[in-house]
Amino acid sequence: KYECFLLKNSDGFVPTEQDPEKLLSTTDIHDDLKEMLDSNKDSLKLEAMKRIVAMIARGKNASDLFPAVVKNVACKNIEVKKLVYVYLVRYAEEQQDLALLSISTFQRGLKDPNQLIRASALRVLSSIRVTIIVPIMMLAIKEAASDMSPYVRKTAAHAIPKLYSLDPEQKDCLIEVIEKLLADKTTLVAGSVVMAFEEVCPERIDLIHKNYRKLCNLLIDVEEWGQVVIINMLTRYARTQFLNPNMNVSTAGPHILYKEEKEKKKTEATAIVRRKPYVMDPDHRLLLRNTKPLLQSRNAAVVMAVAQLYFHLAPKAEVGVIAKALVRLMRSHSEVQYVVLQNVATMSIKRRGMFEPYLKSFYIRSTDPTQIKVLKLEVLTNLANETNISTILREFQTYIKSNDKDFVAATIQAIGRCATNIGEVRDTCLNGLVQLLSNRDELVVAESVVVIKKLLQMQPEQHSDIIKHMAKLTDNIQVPMARASILWLIGEYCEHVPKIAPDVLRKMAKTFTNEEDIVKLQIINLAAKLYLTNSKQTKLLTQYVLNLAKYDQNYDIRDRARFIRQLIVPTDKSGALSKYAKKLFLALKPAPVLESPFKDRDHFQLGSLSHLLNAKAGGYQVLPDWPEAAPDPSVRNVEVPEWTKCSSREKRKEKKADKPFYSDSEGESGPTESADSASDTASGSESGSGSEESGSGSESEESNEESESASEEDEEEEGKKKKKNVEKIKARKPVPESVQMFATICKPAWLNMQFLLNPLPVSVPQTIVPSGNLKTYELLHRITGEGLSVEYCFSRQPFSPDPHMVAVKIQFTNSATSEAKSLHVEDAKLQSGMRIKEFPEIEVLPAGETVSVVMGIDFCDSTQAANFQLCTHTRKFFVSIQPPVGELMMPIFMTENEFKKEQGQLMGMNEITEKLTLEEKCQGEHAIVQRVTTAANLSRVPCGSDKEFAGKTVTSGSLVLVSVVTKENGAAQLTVNCEKMVIGTMLVKDILQALTQ
Amino acid sequence: MIHSLFLVNSSGDIFLEKHWKSVVSRSVCDYFFEAQERASEPENVPPVIPTPHHYLISVLRHRIYFVAVIQSEVPPLFVIEFLHRVVDTFQDYFGVCTEAAIKDNVVVVYELLEEMLDNGFPLATESNILKELIKPPTILRTVVNTITGSTNVGEQLPTGQLSVVPWRRTGVKYTNNEAYFDVVEEIDAIIDKSGSTITAEIQGVIDACVKLTGMPDLTLSFMNPRLLDDVSFHPCVRFKRWEAERILSFIPPDGNFRLLSYHVSCQNLVAIPVYVKHNITFREGSSQGRFELTLGPKQTMGKGLEAVLISSQLPRGVLNTNLNPSQGTYNFDPVTKLLSWDVGKINPQKLPSLKGSMSLQAGASKPDENPTINIQFKIQQSALSG
Repeated sequence: KYECFLLKNSDGFVPTEQDPEKLLSTTDIHDDLKEMLDSNKDSLKLEAMKRIVAMIARGKNASDLFPAVVKNVACKNIEVKKLVYVYLVRYAEEQQDLALLSISTFQRGLKDPNQLIRASALRVLSSIRVTIIVPIMMLAIKEAASDMSPYVRKTAAHAIPKLYSLDPEQKDCLIEVIEKLLADKTTLVAGSVVMAFEEVCPERIDLIHKNYRKLCNLLIDVEEWGQVVIINMLTRYARTQFLNPNMNVSTAGPHILYKEEKEKKKTEATAIVRRKPYVMDPDHRLLLRNTKPLLQSRNAAVVMAVAQLYFHLAPKAEVGVIAKALVRLMRSHSEVQYVVLQNVATMSIKRRGMFEPYLKSFYIRSTDPTQIKVLKLEVLTNLANETNISTILREFQTYIKSNDKDFVAATIQAIGRCATNIGEVRDTCLNGLVQLLSNRDELVVAESVVVIKKLLQMQPEQHSDIIKHMAKLTDNIQVPMARASILWLIGEYCEHVPKIAPDVLRKMAKTFTNEEDIVKLQIINLAAKLYLTNSKQTKLLTQYVLNLAKYDQNYDIRDRARFIRQLIVPTDKSGALSKYAKKLFLALKPAPVLESPFKDRDHFQLGSLSHLLNAKAGGYQVLPDWPEAAPDPSVRNVEVPEWTKCSSREKRKEKKADKPFYSDSEGESGPTESADSASDTASGSESGSGSEESGSGSESEESNEESESASEEDEEEEGKKKKKNVEKIKARKPVPESVQMFATICKPAWLNMQFLLNPLPVSVPQTIVPSGNLKTYELLHRITGEGLSVEYCFSRQPFSPDPHMVAVKIQFTNSATSEAKSLHVEDAKLQSGMRIKEFPEIEVLPAGETVSVVMGIDFCDSTQAANFQLCTHTRKFFVSIQPPVGELMMPIFMTENEFKKEQGQLMGMNEITEKLTLEEKCQGEHAIVQRVTTAANLSRVPCGSDKEFAGKTVTSGSLVLVSVVTKENGAAQLTVNCEKMVIGTMLVKDILQALTQ
Repeated sequence: MIHSLFLVNSSGDIFLEKHWKSVVSRSVCDYFFEAQERASEPENVPPVIPTPHHYLISVLRHRIYFVAVIQSEVPPLFVIEFLHRVVDTFQDYFGVCTEAAIKDNVVVVYELLEEMLDNGFPLATESNILKELIKPPTILRTVVNTITGSTNVGEQLPTGQLSVVPWRRTGVKYTNNEAYFDVVEEIDAIIDKSGSTITAEIQGVIDACVKLTGMPDLTLSFMNPRLLDDVSFHPCVRFKRWEAERILSFIPPDGNFRLLSYHVSCQNLVAIPVYVKHNITFREGSSQGRFELTLGPKQTMGKGLEAVLISSQLPRGVLNTNLNPSQGTYNFDPVTKLLSWDVGKINPQKLPSLKGSMSLQAGASKPDENPTINIQFKIQQSALSG
């Protein structure tokens, strides 16, 4: 209730409170929200986030809260976090720079041991539509695509279209990922990756070959939404790869026009001569067989997808099975009915026999909405033939009495179509329609007139009485279309009603000025025709009508009048055409063909949006025609690598267990052996990660357990459990590439903002060189260096040319007998983002001498080695410098209060705590400080009660805070807070080692 | 896939919007409102509306339009089915799916929508998974949440999403293990005015409520499976087993679900258990009409007819009615011309009837057609299929 009240309050939901609010600017209103977000209480934050989300839901702009909200991205409360994600995804596109602040949180999430956290991190990261992070997304997707957990791989598949829509230039890279994921053999991934395939590269049908059989076999176990996408894609695939199963069978039904039929027969006859008897490809059969059970799905979209697959791919004799399932969908919601009926209407034109047994299911119920009624009429009309027309017409008679006038009009048109299609009932229909002419409802009469007009055109001679009857109607009927139709009829067949026609023209001439435009045009037409056939009686009338028309407001009518006058009234200058006037006006006109609007709609893939609209929708993939000759079927064969064949029994066993346990395809063998082996080979084909993959079933269970405990750890900070977690992280690869990438790409923006939002105390670059000697490392041994030995150490001095570089002091000692010349660095092979500032070339180093130089290396806050070549005038040596994590930072000055404050902001995932027992020698305060400062380049926070150290990473300037709390008996607790979790973890390890040994 | 979702109430206000990709302005709904104006009845709004840049696919449930915005080709049923699934989920969570319920729970609604779609593609639609992620609000929990400040968002991670049987939670425990199955059969029939059946169909569903511990694997066999002409299953049912042996074999979801729905194949043998005698006449010239209905049971095998409800759309010319029911209550709405009569139980000894007169618009001609009568009823403990 409280929430509700606030909602109303803040957005002027209640009109009475609107006025005072309008006086306040929006920022004022949001100030209280900002305050709540900044508070320490989760409940207040949650309250604020709920109100903000409610604002978003109602379409109110909440973008000015962005900085306040994003700060909470690492909040511990799950609901707050989720709502922040919702906000972030919504507004990131508008606030690109600020959105970058949140990225590191997700990057950290990507490395989480829990698969669900990895997945959700990737999900949110990829939803942030900020172009600058495209490379990070790309990396994250690539990594996730080879994740152990199928759920993470699924999320990776979901992320692909997101990235593609953000930056279509990544297409090639994404296709590689798709290709990899398509080979995945878990049901969880299949649907999502095919969806990605359809959005990114639907034209790359070649990627499907190897996975075709596997997809067919997995299909039944894929979740329902994935099934729809896969089936639609496989329909297209099959159209390109297999032969038309109906090519030897006459597809022409009795309803197809004779001419067409003849043509078809001709082509078929030649086809039969040319082709050998058709044998269905076993893969084609596999698809049909594996999709059939899905007709029983509860999901209408799946049923429709299978139905269209059968319609487009199955031999004629087998298509019938879908009718029952489609009829079943007619009992679903009216929107489902609407779509299904559209498709049934198209199918019923081509395959009428299929739906005939279900004729009664298409009878109209009084409770149906009009649009459903009209579609059902369409289907009924398509299904009508000589045998059932009487029952259908009886139904139609009932429909005509309905209250729903649109529906009645549609029924009358349907009757007209039945009458044109089925010769036997034409007279019955015509009589029925004529009876309707005396109906009291004008709309019914008008519609009947229009339909009768079309019917009469087929055989006017026998029906002059109907024409007479209709002529009388002109006195009463007002609907313009109907009046126009009657006038046209009288004009066209004026010879059949020679007495009435001039009289009608006389009446019309009287009312000419008040008529609608289409009626006026027909009056002119009628006048012209009568003038040509019966000029004695109508000459003056025609002149009169043409004169009226000459001054009409509508230019079409004026044009027509001028044109007709020139054509029919003989003058001196009348051209050659007027001789043919009679032929022009009274030529025999072909009768209109009343045909279904659904005719030929099946060139669109059924069930698609384009089919429904009868227009190509964006992104629609054309359903290709069957190929003339089948492409090589062997492309779908999957080779079985030798080693899987002779894999141990144990492995087989594992594989069995891994098979989708719900799969029903087990007992059943494929169409040939190859299909059966497809699932096996698919599992083997991922030879690279094969062993890892095949065990994924059991592994994921394991990680499930872990994930449960891991999530608890977020809340409870029990050291013991934590230890387990940390150890797990340690086991991972030391420096994740993506972290590195980010640091370089976003560095400038990132840094600026860092300062903006978290004003760091301006640090006096004050270097505390630990009293102990600097540890030196060997770069080049005397023996390999042929007398030249090189050592290096991290001087811990700021590297003046570039503050983002770590200074490395290099000492050359020439112990050879001859002098070394021109020592310099060459050909640095660096990880992306890393930079080197070379030392100036040493021209001569005499024998027995030692010289020191300083070079700068930007390690991008990672412990990856910097590789380069050290050259002398004669030789080149490959060397590498790998920094301990403690050297990647530089000390900063901080007061104790500042330290506490910063530490408070780096909680949660950013904090790592470890319990330890101090070694005997270093229980004194001084010893601890010395060991810590030796291990890491940090400075002690002065006057601190505890031993606290502060620093920041050299490249990105992220804070590194270390505190050691000593307890009795040498027990101590080490806490490291660092935004970069990887650095934090490694630092803990190093300091721990320093303190315990 | 699905770009955005707008919820529109019956008075044409957008009261909720959610975007899964970049934001689509709500002005796109103007095309929808146009179509809505053109349609005479609310249910006549076309489900698919093309606009210059987008396609709108809408679903009407509980007098709320759920309008999805699509940008490119996607099977329309896919979207429609998903929207219905959304409504079902809301109903499941809030008991009712009304505008008020959605507005009251807007945050939960938003969280649900966020979980159900990822980039417009369905992610988690099983209610079991969703309930693990976001707990449905109950009165008790609302109270507790206000006091303790805890949340509706599930603490543990949705492990169900990873399982091969996504519809079932792991670690279910009950002290009493029970499973209930409801068989509901419906008959749909059209009967002409002389009382002969034009078409009649029987459809049935089996709704189950399963409360069993662990991972039970159930089988259900039928006495006469041939009777089931056409079936559709919950995804938990193994297709192959049904095809081979006509046995339902499944690992059930926890709680309530629809196990299967079926169609019975006895095309012409359906006996309608109720009859209606009617006598509705309008006299030419006078402004009066007579109205008389009598109901009676027919072949009910001794079971009583319950909850009988009759409704009829009277012609436009009818101004008012003056009717006298022998039992139950009747109601006539002079604006929509809808007559409804709540009969209740039918007593075979004393058949219910509704008699009286209708007043017609003076001077208007006699309506040319007698109204359609819709009748709904229930019979407990009786299977129509036999």
